[in-house]
Amino acid sequence: MAEKIRAAIIGPGNIGTDLLMKAARSALIEPIWMVGVDPDSPGLARASEMGLKVTAEGVAGMLPEMRADGVQICFDATSAYVHAENSRMVNGEGALMIDLTPAAIGPYCVPPVNQRQVLSAPCRNVNMVTCGGQATIPMVAAVSRVQSVSYGEIVATVSSRSVGPGTRKNIDEFTRTTAGAVESIGGARQGKAIIVINPAEPPLIMRDTIHCLTDEEPDQQAIRESVEAMVAEVQRYVPGYRLKNGPVFDGNRVSLFMEVEGLGDFLPRYAGNLDIMTAAALRTAEMFAEEIQAGRYSPAAD
Amino acid sequence: MNLSGKKVVLHDMCLRDGMHAKRHQITLEQMVDIATGLDEAGMPLIEVTHGDGLGGSSVNYGFPAHTDEEYLKAVIGAVKNAKISALLLPGIGTVDHLKMAADLGVNTIRVATHCTEADVSEQHIGMASEMGLDTVGFLMMTHMIEPEEIVVQARLMESYGANCIYCTDSAGYLLPDQVQSRIELLRRELKPETEIGFHAHHNLSLGVMNSLVAIEAGAGRIDGSVAGLGAGAGNTPLEVLVAVLDRMGADHGIDLYRIMDVAEERVTPIMDSPIRIDRDSLTLGYAGVYSSFLLFAKRAQQKYGVSSRDILVELGRRRTVGGQEDMIEDLALDMAREQGLI
Repeated sequence: MAEKIRAAIIGPGNIGTDLLMKAARSALIEPIWMVGVDPDSPGLARASEMGLKVTAEGVAGMLPEMRADGVQICFDATSAYVHAENSRMVNGEGALMIDLTPAAIGPYCVPPVNQRQVLSAPCRNVNMVTCGGQATIPMVAAVSRVQSVSYGEIVATVSSRSVGPGTRKNIDEFTRTTAGAVESIGGARQGKAIIVINPAEPPLIMRDTIHCLTDEEPDQQAIRESVEAMVAEVQRYVPGYRLKNGPVFDGNRVSLFMEVEGLGDFLPRYAGNLDIMTAAALRTAEMFAEEIQAGRYSPAAD
Repeated sequence: MNLSGKKVVLHDMCLRDGMHAKRHQITLEQMVDIATGLDEAGMPLIEVTHGDGLGGSSVNYGFPAHTDEEYLKAVIGAVKNAKISALLLPGIGTVDHLKMAADLGVNTIRVATHCTEADVSEQHIGMASEMGLDTVGFLMMTHMIEPEEIVVQARLMESYGANCIYCTDSAGYLLPDQVQSRIELLRRELKPETEIGFHAHHNLSLGVMNSLVAIEAGAGRIDGSVAGLGAGAGNTPLEVLVAVLDRMGADHGIDLYRIMDVAEERVTPIMDSPIRIDRDSLTLGYAGVYSSFLLFAKRAQQKYGVSSRDILVELGRRRTVGGQEDMIEDLALDMAREQGLI
């Protein structure tokens, strides 16, 4: 068996720690660095206990050693504000950057939809869109690959506890980025995204509704099959991804009602919105790892 | 109760909240007709947008007959003295919508969040306030939390730049003493220059009464809608409130007979069905459910054969919040399956 591809996680918060727990199980990725900025961070302590090298000096703290340590993939789970600089630094050391922040300086990746395209145009920074995008764009694509979709709309309802201060400070970024990716990756001519935050206790599991308006009358059988196949694809990395109801056909409207339950690695199970981000990021890394192992891709090559 | 000489700013909702009851299909001509009538009656502030605010146009909430831009342009161009406001729900509308509304000349931006989620409004309130607009923080579904918790959220909005904070009874659930405790505490805890507002739904027939209580407790702005045209059993019927305020000697600045005429001749004739407390709107007020869910639940009953009252009660039990309209069809499908209807 080929050697695992070594990786670093930047940001030892909830997302970074959940990602670490998933990556630790991966057959293709070996997390070896956790990068933080706070020496008292519990996430750094946890990573250290798990045997990772850690630094509280930010990416600069890892930089001198990362090439020697063979790090080829980095995940950024910090914030959009520092992402560009983090990405520039790790790219300079020959590593690919997978961006979980909303910075979106690289192409979007929604693994079951456009992984082939992302791999076919070699790049050194890929962006994971948004949690709502990861949960819904596969479904928009499942409809648009059957027939043309004039309008795709997604409504993501998430528990208040699972929405961090970064998202809250710039919630427009979520609606704008998600709507854009519903178009560019989902294949709808016009995209719309809505996010609703619900504070109920116990917290609700992430829910997503996807409405597509098709140009022609929907081919019900073909859409059902396409949706089923796409749900199975997403379930390969998010087992708790479920089609609760639908597809509902009403004229040219196709509606799907989803629930996304997380694995509960570090984040609670209701936070499917966060789980699907970390799972999709790892999935993306694994795809690249296979390419690196096969000698088809090198993050170091320009 | 003594409201003699109290100054109250009334704010009409029939061209925004009323859009829910009209499935967002009010025509430009109807908007202009009603707005000019209100203007002539002395209404100081009129809200105009999709029922779910700027950017509400969607499958989920309904596509309107015209864009927000078209509605705002038409109304702003037609009124002489009245100022126009626009609603914005972060998560649905964005600062781009806000800029558009400001460019068209709205006077007031009201940024609405669920009562526990004020921190999603920072960028919108901040921008509106920087633009020098009358900036309102609009806390919805305030029956779901205690007065002390409302104050915490109100302070956030105040810190972002809101010059007025609304306590909104989106479900028409609050009882008079609950309105009193909420408004009194807000009045006591917020900056003295911050205005307090109250927005009611008439689902328990308490719109007028609760508005009076709110004024007495320190609210200076009161929402209502002419002929009650609004979600659920409608908002506080403004012409009724004006008549009562008149008799109590409050200072509201509205011509009673003119606003009565607008209600009778311009608003009532455009209603798709009478705005009244029917079984379903009463359920909203009784079970604490967001008022604009009403027509969605009725439609789900028609389509799936599940009782709309049962749907609404279940939505209340699950503590759904404003904006979760997509839950209704999903839930109706679950219930229909359980009942063997599909």
